[in-house]
Amino acid sequence: MNVQNTYRSGPDERGFFGLYGGRFVAETLMPLILSLEEAYEAAKKDPAFAAELEDLSTHYAGRPSPLYFAERLTEHLGGAKIYFKRDELNHTGSHKINNTLGQILLARRMGKTRIIAETGAGQHGVATATVCARFGLPCVIYMGATDIERQQPNVFRMKLLGAELIPVTAGNGTLKDAMNEALRDWVTNVEDTYYLIGTAAGPHPYPAMVRDFQSIIGREAREQIVEREGRLPDAIVACIGGGSNAIGLFHPFLDDPTVAIYGVEAGGHGLDVENGHAASMTGGRPGVLHGNRTYLLQDAEGQILEGHSISAGLDYPGVGPEHSWLKDSGRVTYVPATDREALDAFQLLTKIEGIIPALEPAHALAYVTKLAPTMAKDQIIVMNLCGRGDKDIFNVAKHLGMNIG
Amino acid sequence: MTRIAARFAACAAEGRPALVTFVTAGDPDYDTSLAILKGLPAAGADVIELGMPFSDPMAEGPPIQRASERALRGGQTMDRTLGMVRAFREGDANTPIVLMGYYNPIYSYGNERFLAAAAAAGVDGLIVVDLPPEADDELCVPAMKHGINFIRLATPTTDDKRLPAVLNNTSGFVYYVSILGITGTASPDTSKVATAVARIKGHTTLPVAVGFGVKTAVQAAALGRTADGVVVGSALVNAIAGTLDSAGKARPETPAAVLGLVSELAGGARLARMAAAE
Repeated sequence: MNVQNTYRSGPDERGFFGLYGGRFVAETLMPLILSLEEAYEAAKKDPAFAAELEDLSTHYAGRPSPLYFAERLTEHLGGAKIYFKRDELNHTGSHKINNTLGQILLARRMGKTRIIAETGAGQHGVATATVCARFGLPCVIYMGATDIERQQPNVFRMKLLGAELIPVTAGNGTLKDAMNEALRDWVTNVEDTYYLIGTAAGPHPYPAMVRDFQSIIGREAREQIVEREGRLPDAIVACIGGGSNAIGLFHPFLDDPTVAIYGVEAGGHGLDVENGHAASMTGGRPGVLHGNRTYLLQDAEGQILEGHSISAGLDYPGVGPEHSWLKDSGRVTYVPATDREALDAFQLLTKIEGIIPALEPAHALAYVTKLAPTMAKDQIIVMNLCGRGDKDIFNVAKHLGMNIG
Repeated sequence: MTRIAARFAACAAEGRPALVTFVTAGDPDYDTSLAILKGLPAAGADVIELGMPFSDPMAEGPPIQRASERALRGGQTMDRTLGMVRAFREGDANTPIVLMGYYNPIYSYGNERFLAAAAAAGVDGLIVVDLPPEADDELCVPAMKHGINFIRLATPTTDDKRLPAVLNNTSGFVYYVSILGITGTASPDTSKVATAVARIKGHTTLPVAVGFGVKTAVQAAALGRTADGVVVGSALVNAIAGTLDSAGKARPETPAAVLGLVSELAGGARLARMAAAE
């Protein structure tokens, strides 16, 4: 077996992380993607770009986000010390702003005058509509009709922010269908339009670019935990839909062999329920969709399945290609958490720490509640609390049989 | 000479563009779809594009999206699509068949297994929308080894700098996407398309067929003045959709409705050069 010197060098010049990633797109989009890559490479080398992003991150988004020791939860679980990276405290309420700020600056450098995006839970849609309002650019958001139904608060926020929201009824009306429609828009409006992808997936350079913008999470967490505890954590945990918050936390820790890394997928009704979950890696196999090769939920014929999760943000049949590679290489352990477990974790955190988490990180928390008791009391877990739960309260109420409407 | 080369040469010798027709395999069911397929050459189709249905056809407009959904609901599989080609070949040894679709169903079937089965069934070419030249080692180069043409799409965004990369390893014909966008939506601007076709012909000796947004015989005639072929897809798929009953099932008149439209379009294609000569 090859011994890796580093897990942090990908992708290669063709955009591959081993077998995964690449640029599987229609010819119309190829020149755009190549020019995007060129523009991003130039921006990365430009100190003015980094300075502008840092200024916005600090004064507009509110970074750095705190690293919080969850004392009562730690006591309750009776094992490892649990820290939360509080990315739910960012402006707009999730980690998504880290990426949309970076990409909107890039879009401006490229002279693009119209922004499009897909959204599932609406967090990326809100974060995109926010930066578009901030820079005065027209914004079109594609969102599945089913997701619009279950994420009403975010739908209203996007509209308030001035975005045009286009409901997508194709397929099951969830995130993958919204992404298809966004790609169809992009191919029709190539001249002026920038496609602001929200997760670390899609054709190269998106997976690497989104990861770079989200890696601020892991860089800060690393610094903060060392300052607080004088050492690195023993485990880090994040939820995975497309996987942008997770790769953002994981990437700066990949080459630290003492840090165990866990990605938590949406187990929905359970992995044994056909098409009843959204766990692409623990319940799918490699294929090609939305511009990259990665683990996908698909049937025996290679037709893409819709999947299911209580969380609209995790309800995607694919996953970022770097995660697929990290799974195969064994560096990261991917596990599922069910709807039920996420709902329980959602309520636990609310009651015991006074923090209402989004349903997405509630999946990560569900795994933490299993992991922490197996670890010693002097061990440390850092979990990315990547979104807040305000958007989910109506949906949760419905699942708990409460009427708040 | 391959079937594709022979057919384009024969059309050129007749002084007309080839009519390239697209239908989705299995739309709305296997038997109806096979009846349409078998009737296409007599109705005037010179080259047949047969769509391999996919759940997420990113480059398609609503008509072909719905055709894919109907076919999949009707139980279409890759084996059944290849079976349709075999059944067609029993009665027609000359009309080229090009399978068109997306990479994942092929990748899932297994690239080598797919190419061997396609070659054996009598498939002449492949158009795989999401495999650009940067991914030639995936399927394009292996397809050539099986004697299957790999037909590439050139688009309005393919500039002179990129065009050689797109044409390299392309065989059979070049498919020029006449609009920025998805299938079956905007109508192409005839004069812009003529300029683009001339530009592509400056880089290749392969025939150039034009498609996306071609709906009528008049359009086919206009585009056929400069292009070696005219591709019609969404209009035929709409003709299928227009005859279905309220449950989405085929009626006895479904094949005739599609084939009647093909005859009209073939008439348009035949008029193309006559009109140009006037």
